[in-house]
Amino acid sequence: MNSVAAIDPRHAAGQRLRERVFRSATLVAAIVVLALLGGVAISLLAGAWPALAHFRLSFLTREIWNPVTEQFGALAPIYGTLVTSVLALLLAIPVSLGIAIFLTEMASVWLKRPVGVAIELLAAVPSIIYGIWGLFVQRHVQPWLIAWLGPLPVIGRLFQGPPYGIGVLTASFVLAIMVIPFISAVMRDVFETVPDVLKESGYGLGATTWEVIWQVIVPYARTGMIGGIMLGLGRALGETMAVTFVIGNAHRIGSSLLAPGTTISASIANEFTEAVGDLYSSSLIALGALLFLITFSVIAAARFMLLRLEHRALSSA
Amino acid sequence: MNRRTIRKLTNILALGLSGLATAIGLFFLGAILWTLIRNGLAGVSLRLFTAMTPPPGGSGGLLNAIYGSVVMTVIGILIGGPIGMLAGTYLAEYARASRLSSVIRFVNDVLLSAPSIIIGLFVYELLVVRMGHFSALAGAVALAIIAMPVTVRTTEDMLTLVPQGMKDASTAMGAYPWRTITSVIYPAARSGILTGLLLAVARISGETAPLLFTALNNQFWSSNLAAPMANLPVVIFQFALSPYPNWQQLAWSGALIITLSILVLSISARLVLFSLDSGGRH
Repeated sequence: MNSVAAIDPRHAAGQRLRERVFRSATLVAAIVVLALLGGVAISLLAGAWPALAHFRLSFLTREIWNPVTEQFGALAPIYGTLVTSVLALLLAIPVSLGIAIFLTEMASVWLKRPVGVAIELLAAVPSIIYGIWGLFVQRHVQPWLIAWLGPLPVIGRLFQGPPYGIGVLTASFVLAIMVIPFISAVMRDVFETVPDVLKESGYGLGATTWEVIWQVIVPYARTGMIGGIMLGLGRALGETMAVTFVIGNAHRIGSSLLAPGTTISASIANEFTEAVGDLYSSSLIALGALLFLITFSVIAAARFMLLRLEHRALSSA
Repeated sequence: MNRRTIRKLTNILALGLSGLATAIGLFFLGAILWTLIRNGLAGVSLRLFTAMTPPPGGSGGLLNAIYGSVVMTVIGILIGGPIGMLAGTYLAEYARASRLSSVIRFVNDVLLSAPSIIIGLFVYELLVVRMGHFSALAGAVALAIIAMPVTVRTTEDMLTLVPQGMKDASTAMGAYPWRTITSVIYPAARSGILTGLLLAVARISGETAPLLFTALNNQFWSSNLAAPMANLPVVIFQFALSPYPNWQQLAWSGALIITLSILVLSISARLVLFSLDSGGRH
């Protein structure tokens, strides 16, 4: 057919037209992806504007959250978001590192794939399922924690109060399980980019498996590991439904980790549909804009680090 | 103890802890599934799939919620899938190394991990405020925006895997790029692209946060796209946090249904990918 195309000018013109249409369609679709991010940023800023103009900087520094008197400050949700995410990472990083080591350096070939898939499936379980599960499980675990850790000096202060089952600690715990598959997947991938020659030189010098991991693989993969951890942080910061279930939605900063708190995303999920008054809903959108800003910077930094790593892998290959 | 023994013991301890970490990960997957099955199975009966969501205390099922979830997921993937595929095609075939495409790739990666509640707020501002009320259509659009970056990514990856020789052969016969893409590259990458769509469906069918302010919920049967529509995730959210035992039971059963369908989708997508992998190597 194509030999005809060269002879018949009308056919060739038709082909060229279709080419132009198809090419433009793919370009437009690509621009849509680009425009989406811009659209999200603009619409959030526009929605947040009334609240930001009214409260100015005090929006960021005040703990008060009172729909009746229309006084809103974001300090408690910001605090809750940061505390739950950091605690979750502290719990998740060692476990993720262990899983990545197991999958790349220890597991035999037949074990690698099923175990890897099972861990990945943890990431496929929807957030709301983690919420309902966390709520169920913590009713049984928390009384036990208070009974055993509460009387201890210093750390005992973190485990005081009645066993609501919900609170900051529960949220961090559930978040940790949720980000483990993301962090361990990235760590596994960067561990696999370590050249075999490097590991073999380590073993050749008489190093044990652990020494090779700690002194050869980890230093080589450091940038990628940090990228993976920040990707996990981005997940934890923005995670909504699971946290909404278990954090208790209380706009205050408590000293006990067992006390109810709130996060940015949980406040939005809990209150947005019930928010009456423009200032109230605008304050919630301002929270959303804040969350967008924080997660965007974290994710962008993570992607940037992973991207640089990819370039290095390509140039050395 | 001499140095050698200490090194050996450290090695055993560290590797043992790594094994333990993996066991912890697997344990939680098992624990979640076990809790869901134990609490959810009790409520599974024919009524679950044939009756509407009940008022507190009454008996009923999840039919309207299941229907709403399926409708919004399908519309979401019908909007997000093609746009994602076209954008992925642009990145892989038309502008692999251009400056614009590296920006788009970066933006797509950010969208891929952006919090879904932000997407919900965006669609709320974009559609719900303009239309004046919550609607199933707004919910579907929110889901489409979440499905899109997943499809862009997988499509680009899959198209890149098609051997350059096949593309060159088509070009050498005088075919325009669109012809090469639609008649040679798409068929060669078909199962990979389908897998990507499958993963996107798995991703959006459990999403709750973006539906809260878009589709909202509806206690009754509704097939009107311009009105609020019931959907499994939001029903689970409301019922699980309610004080009524019959609602809580339905929430568990709904959670079981949704998790099992997503696990089946994800596992089958991976099976397809694995068979592609080994097919490519031989």
